[in-house]
Amino acid sequence: MTATTTTPVSTAPVPAVRRPSARLRAWSTRAPLLPALIFMIAVTQLPFVATLVISFFDWNALYPDARRFTGFDNYHQVLTDADLRHSVGTTVLLTAAVVIASLVLGLALALLLDRRFRGRGVVRTLLIAPFLVVPVAAALLWKHVLYNPEYGLFNGLLHYVGGPQPDWISNTPLLAVEASLVWQWTPFMMLILLAGLQSRDPEQIEAARVDGASDWQIFRHLTLPHLRRYLELGALLGSIYIVQNFDAVFTITSGGLGTANLPYTVYQSFYQAHENGLASAAGVLVVIGSLVIATLALRVVSSLFREEVSRA
Amino acid sequence: MTATTVRRGGLGLLAWLAGIVFFLPIAWMALTSFHSEADAATNPPSFTAAFTLDGYREFFGTGGGASPWPALLNSAVASVASTLLVLLLALPAAYALSIRRVRKWTDVLFFFLSTKMLPAVAGLLPVYLFAKNAGMLDNIWLLVVLYTSMNLPIAVWMMQSFLAEVPVAVIEAAQIDGARLPTVLARVVAPIALPGIAATSLICFIFSWNELLFARVLTGVVAETAPVFLTGFITSQGLFLAKVCAASLVISLPVLAAGFAAQDKLVQGLSLGAVK
Repeated sequence: MTATTTTPVSTAPVPAVRRPSARLRAWSTRAPLLPALIFMIAVTQLPFVATLVISFFDWNALYPDARRFTGFDNYHQVLTDADLRHSVGTTVLLTAAVVIASLVLGLALALLLDRRFRGRGVVRTLLIAPFLVVPVAAALLWKHVLYNPEYGLFNGLLHYVGGPQPDWISNTPLLAVEASLVWQWTPFMMLILLAGLQSRDPEQIEAARVDGASDWQIFRHLTLPHLRRYLELGALLGSIYIVQNFDAVFTITSGGLGTANLPYTVYQSFYQAHENGLASAAGVLVVIGSLVIATLALRVVSSLFREEVSRA
Repeated sequence: MTATTVRRGGLGLLAWLAGIVFFLPIAWMALTSFHSEADAATNPPSFTAAFTLDGYREFFGTGGGASPWPALLNSAVASVASTLLVLLLALPAAYALSIRRVRKWTDVLFFFLSTKMLPAVAGLLPVYLFAKNAGMLDNIWLLVVLYTSMNLPIAVWMMQSFLAEVPVAVIEAAQIDGARLPTVLARVVAPIALPGIAATSLICFIFSWNELLFARVLTGVVAETAPVFLTGFITSQGLFLAKVCAASLVISLPVLAAGFAAQDKLVQGLSLGAVK
């Protein structure tokens, strides 16, 4: 390590002690970082390597002696199995629908909250609350208390207006899961977009207004371009969290009625079917899918981050 | 009244309406939890039925069912212990990434972030196999280690951004005055960074408390956590709405409390420090 990288703190006077060598100082700078770094590598990276290795084996936990290397067979099986292929489609559909819907709703709510009105703090609190319900509890709430065809709240309210009494989960299972997730994730999007709105330059907007720009023009040409990266960030972080969703699918439909997504399939193929090799191959596919999103997400975060650093 | 004030009032009203619509399921859950099972399962809904604590009594097992206390206790241990462990690991790391920076500190930060972006489910099987061979299945401390790894990247990112807010000049001034590192940390860094550290801890607590998949697969009878306890209601039949509502509400209370306490820093945590 060269002297140029040491911060002013480390050059502070060290009275009555012989100046330690550069190497020693470099290690003393690094030392506080090492426990966290080693912990992360051991707990998160090693299992991934193991998953990758297992994915090349034909391995059913009930017949451990029959374990053998099969190359890409598991991948072939995962990609050609109708159920598993379907779960890939379900994952994409579920993630895209929830992210887009909650992003649009979140934007509308953020715009509403960005203006002054009586009780704004209370409304903000009411809107955040759905995000702060334990996900399993939220899923149970939707499944039993809202969707139940006989005594759920939805059909109860429909009853008042003489509407139909649909069986929500049986009729539209995927939509039922999606709606509950949109309810939970809209506050998340709203918070990110609200932060974006509040980081706008008020003088610029004032100037545009003085020049006679309409609200719509200001939104279209100033606010939306400014929000672009916050929208991207919301979409990407939302995707990362929702691709991994297990709780809602597991609780509301137990993966039935065509709602099994990849995390649920991975869970099922080893927890119930004991197919270790297949589960790992499916897991590796989830990783590859997420890697694409993650690369994009990292790019967005890093551009926001560098802007922050250069501003400081 | 001018057209502008009418429109402004209208939008305020719309915001209120949206807030109420989003909160309605939670309000309904709370109301139902205080109704008797018979009143909870009516169509049309009974808004004005008599209040009772039967749902809560049922949930807490005084009605003869399984007591939720072991599960709640397990969740508390897993969440609090993993949050403490996160703090223990993240604080020094954040120090090395913000105040006394290591070389290539941004690369290290992005390594932490990248681990958060890979789906945890892909590591589930090896973790399960390891736990089984090591005799760690159904052991709450296994969850503590796993939750620590899930939250550490978020914590490192957040704390790095909070510690970076401490002005270097102030630290230098303290050191020129002869203050040693522990003093500088306690007197200069801590007061500025403490609110951020508190918020980070609350967010880590929430994520650990909420986690279901790993807890479901890796625990059984002894180390069952509160979300796993809740999954017992998934296929329940018969009259149990008030009990479900009471259970969901009680188990969500710590998260609601922590979430509202950390409200201002919530975005920063959830966006991994990318949004202030």
